[in-house]
Amino acid sequence: MTAAVAIIGAGPAGVRAAEVLVRAGVRPRVFDEGLAAGGRIYQRPPGAFKRSAKELYGLEAAKAERVHNIFAKLEKYLDYRPQTLVWDIAGKTLFTLTGGTAYGTETFEQIIIAPGAVDRVMPLPGWTLPGVTTLGGAQIALKTQGVAIGEKVALVGSGPLLWLLAHQYVQAGAPLAALVDTTSFAAKARASAAMMAGDAATTLKGVYYTATLRLKRIPIHEGAVPVAIRGEERPRELLIKDGKGRDVTIACDAVALGWGLKPETRLADIAGVPFDYDEVQQNWIPVREMSGKTAVQGVYLAGDGARIGGADMAELAGARAAWAVLGERGAFVDEDEVNRLERALKKEAAYRDVLDKLFPFPSEILAGLPEETVLCRCEGVSIAGLKRTCAADAVAMTPLEVNRAKAFTRVGMGRCQGRMCGHTASEILARELKCGVREAGRLRAQPPVKPVPLVPVTTEALT
Amino acid sequence: MTPVETDVVVVGGGGAGCSTAWHLALRNTRVVLLERGLVGGQASGVNYGGVRQQGRDPAELPISARSREIWQKLKSLIGTEAEYVVSGHLKLARNDEEAKDLERYLEVAAGYGLELRYLPEKELKQEFPWLGPKVVAGSYCATDGAANPRLLAPAIARAARDAGADIRQQAEVVDIAHDGDTFTVATKEAVFRAPVLVNTAGYWGGAIAERFGEPAPISSFSPNMAVTEPIPYFIVPNLGVVGGDIYLRQIDRGNVIFGGGRGFGDPERVRSRPSALRTMESFALALELVPQLKGVEVIRSWTGIDGDMPDHIPVVGPSSTTKGLFHAFGFSGHGFQLGPGIGAIMSELVLDGKTPTPIEPLSIGRFAG
Ligand SMILES: Cc1cc2nc3c(=O)[nH]c(=O)nc-3n(C[C@H](O)[C@H](O)[C@H](O)COP(=O)(O)OP(=O)(O)OC[C@H]3O[C@@H](n4cnc5c(N)ncnc54)[C@H](O)[C@@H]3O)c2cc1C
Ligand SMILES: Cc1cc2nc3c(=O)[nH]c(=O)nc-3n(C[C@H](O)[C@H](O)[C@H](O)COP(=O)(O)OP(=O)(O)OC[C@H]3O[C@@H](n4cnc5c(N)ncnc54)[C@H](O)[C@@H]3O)c2cc1C
Repeated sequence: MTAAVAIIGAGPAGVRAAEVLVRAGVRPRVFDEGLAAGGRIYQRPPGAFKRSAKELYGLEAAKAERVHNIFAKLEKYLDYRPQTLVWDIAGKTLFTLTGGTAYGTETFEQIIIAPGAVDRVMPLPGWTLPGVTTLGGAQIALKTQGVAIGEKVALVGSGPLLWLLAHQYVQAGAPLAALVDTTSFAAKARASAAMMAGDAATTLKGVYYTATLRLKRIPIHEGAVPVAIRGEERPRELLIKDGKGRDVTIACDAVALGWGLKPETRLADIAGVPFDYDEVQQNWIPVREMSGKTAVQGVYLAGDGARIGGADMAELAGARAAWAVLGERGAFVDEDEVNRLERALKKEAAYRDVLDKLFPFPSEILAGLPEETVLCRCEGVSIAGLKRTCAADAVAMTPLEVNRAKAFTRVGMGRCQGRMCGHTASEILARELKCGVREAGRLRAQPPVKPVPLVPVTTEALT
Repeated sequence: MTPVETDVVVVGGGGAGCSTAWHLALRNTRVVLLERGLVGGQASGVNYGGVRQQGRDPAELPISARSREIWQKLKSLIGTEAEYVVSGHLKLARNDEEAKDLERYLEVAAGYGLELRYLPEKELKQEFPWLGPKVVAGSYCATDGAANPRLLAPAIARAARDAGADIRQQAEVVDIAHDGDTFTVATKEAVFRAPVLVNTAGYWGGAIAERFGEPAPISSFSPNMAVTEPIPYFIVPNLGVVGGDIYLRQIDRGNVIFGGGRGFGDPERVRSRPSALRTMESFALALELVPQLKGVEVIRSWTGIDGDMPDHIPVVGPSSTTKGLFHAFGFSGHGFQLGPGIGAIMSELVLDGKTPTPIEPLSIGRFAG
């Protein structure tokens, strides 16, 4: 029996990686915490809930079906572990949790980590109210349960997902209260030429989504600044300053927020992959070669978990990483195919750079938030709470960075372990200490990757 | 580089070192504390937070009692008590053998004036009805409790600085020389000269002792820790067991912190990581103590690096080879509670040449020859 190749994540990246490996005669072990393959973008509703691919994925239907079909054909050649969370990696051992209760361990020789992305959010006064969620959360509700998050939903943020989700809500017949884009129309228009040059198809999709929204007369505010969400049990209204600086009150009963995505990097971090701050993506990124190879022997990264690039790029990166794994295993490598993948990856990456510059994280909005705004929702730490520490510590015990700030304030110490607030805490710290976000640091991850239950475990059976 | 002249150089800014610098500064001594990373960044900042006397080796009890006096006054002394709570420490037995062990310790404790209350099963369960069926007896120390390790050493360091100590972080000592009278201590950026050197470098203190020809058979020790999401507060005392394979406490925010077994430490690279297997093993042990915790979600696990001596008690006292050198390291997994007292003792050793607290059994000479 040849030593195992593990793949974490059965999204576009993981599925394509599996495909390349299976063709080369390797039987990879594929772990996904979800019920079914497809990953985030092509997430499927639970069995009983049937909707057509067209309804679910719109313009992406063909691609979604393709990814699902590839996986269906592959499945019998895989050691596929659905509903299995990988919660720790130590050396060549994975620690798993299946079905939320059964703990296990698995070994691997090479691993492709493709866990996708999470929403990048920013706190706002009122964002801890029930009924406020992320753009991604709102989309998942729609894809998996076919429900909107409210009767009058306001979408706030920037980036392609904002417009796509608005489009999907409208297509699903869910009423939108408004779309609030923090990027201005002018800025988008300026960049669209560059984007057309980069990836015309994707850019045209964006134009199409925008057009349908305008046709449906959805109130659109561009270059706007969200000020607060107000309500008692749920959101009642969203206050913004519109593109012209006027106060606007939007009646709504639910709000979804999101400023693009950031890679889900906790597994890579725990596996020991080094990180670097990427100025263009404004994010800490696990360092890897274009092939997905990292400084840790046997550990490869692919898809949005390594660099936000969207589903198409994830497919390319997954396939590329699989070839790199085959290379490490001494198997035949189709160099022509590798070259083709790398050319395509380079092109996608260049396009993404343009997108990232076009939709920068609006740190100036963050800087303008009232001090009492809750920054870390798990631990209830306010912006003022974090800044107080900076003040006390800057005088006393420099140097301060985000892990130290966490130790003093509990910011990022709760259930989500800083997934939500880690980057905003670093941004605020950087401003306060007048240093770069790089110097402000990044919250270090520890296992478990996601919360795991305290249940009696018989560890004898585990390696 | 012009050397900085001072009275005392303290190497290592954990609880022991910060407290030493603080106590020396309070007595108007010029002191420089050199810390490789951040004060309290190692064992002193990441430990379980148990502040207990119960269960300690008799050799440690006098220091522990001394420390407790300072713990009680922390707020007035350094402006914070670092979330110190006197919540009690309940040490549990899970079979008759362990219960006998608890009974035996009662006498040891009594000899040192440490008050314990033995609780046979019935009384124990009446008082703490949430304990599991496997627990058969307990020994309760009302004066013990817990504190937040992340806050203590930095707060003491601040107090030390306010009292005049020169606290230097990110100042790794890379070389130490001694000419018979004066120590020359070098970091990458500066050189310090002083007649007295205090070695409070934790696990790494062993190498400093070796450097002065004193064998210190230290090994690194990484207790494995984990914490759950918050749940309603009901576990008031800090829980331990005979044998120490599990310990558990709840903070009033609701999170349950538990530890047991060892993680992995790499003291050369100053890295440590928890062991997933140990974490899972402690699930079952924790549930034996408090079955109600079943299903509660664990959100983080971690460990750190402490120095462990072969007899599991620290090295505290003057060097046996070198005039002006003093040691306080190798706290063997239970030095958080001792830190405040250690500073008082070290300042006395340095300035008075003696301390009223008995420390003979902790002398480094015990490992010689
Ligand atoms: C909320 C959200 C909404 C999005 N919506 C769109 C959209 O509408 N259109 C679009 O073009 N792009 C969208 N994207 C981006 C798109 O999902 C990605 O570009 C694409 O899915 C990346 O593929 P991937 O294979 O890298 O990751 P994913 O498709 O995210 O797949 C990762 C898989 O890994 C699994 N996983 C993660 N961690 C673990 C673990 N520890 N153990 C086991 N399994 C694990 C997850 O369950 C998931 O199935 C969205 C992303 C997010 C996060
Ligand atoms: C996970 C864990 C749980 C624990 N739980 C408890 C508990 O519940 N109760 C309890 O009482 N104890 C507990 N302990 C033990 C306790 O934390 C330690 O015994 C105590 O903190 C040791 O203090 P210290 O000052 O000797 O060491 P440290 O805190 O390790 O400080 C030594 C310092 O020296 C510095 N240093 C080393 N070399 C150099 C150099 N060359 N130059 C400059 N600086 C240097 C290091 O960076 C470090 O900061 C636990 C320990 C761990 C790791």
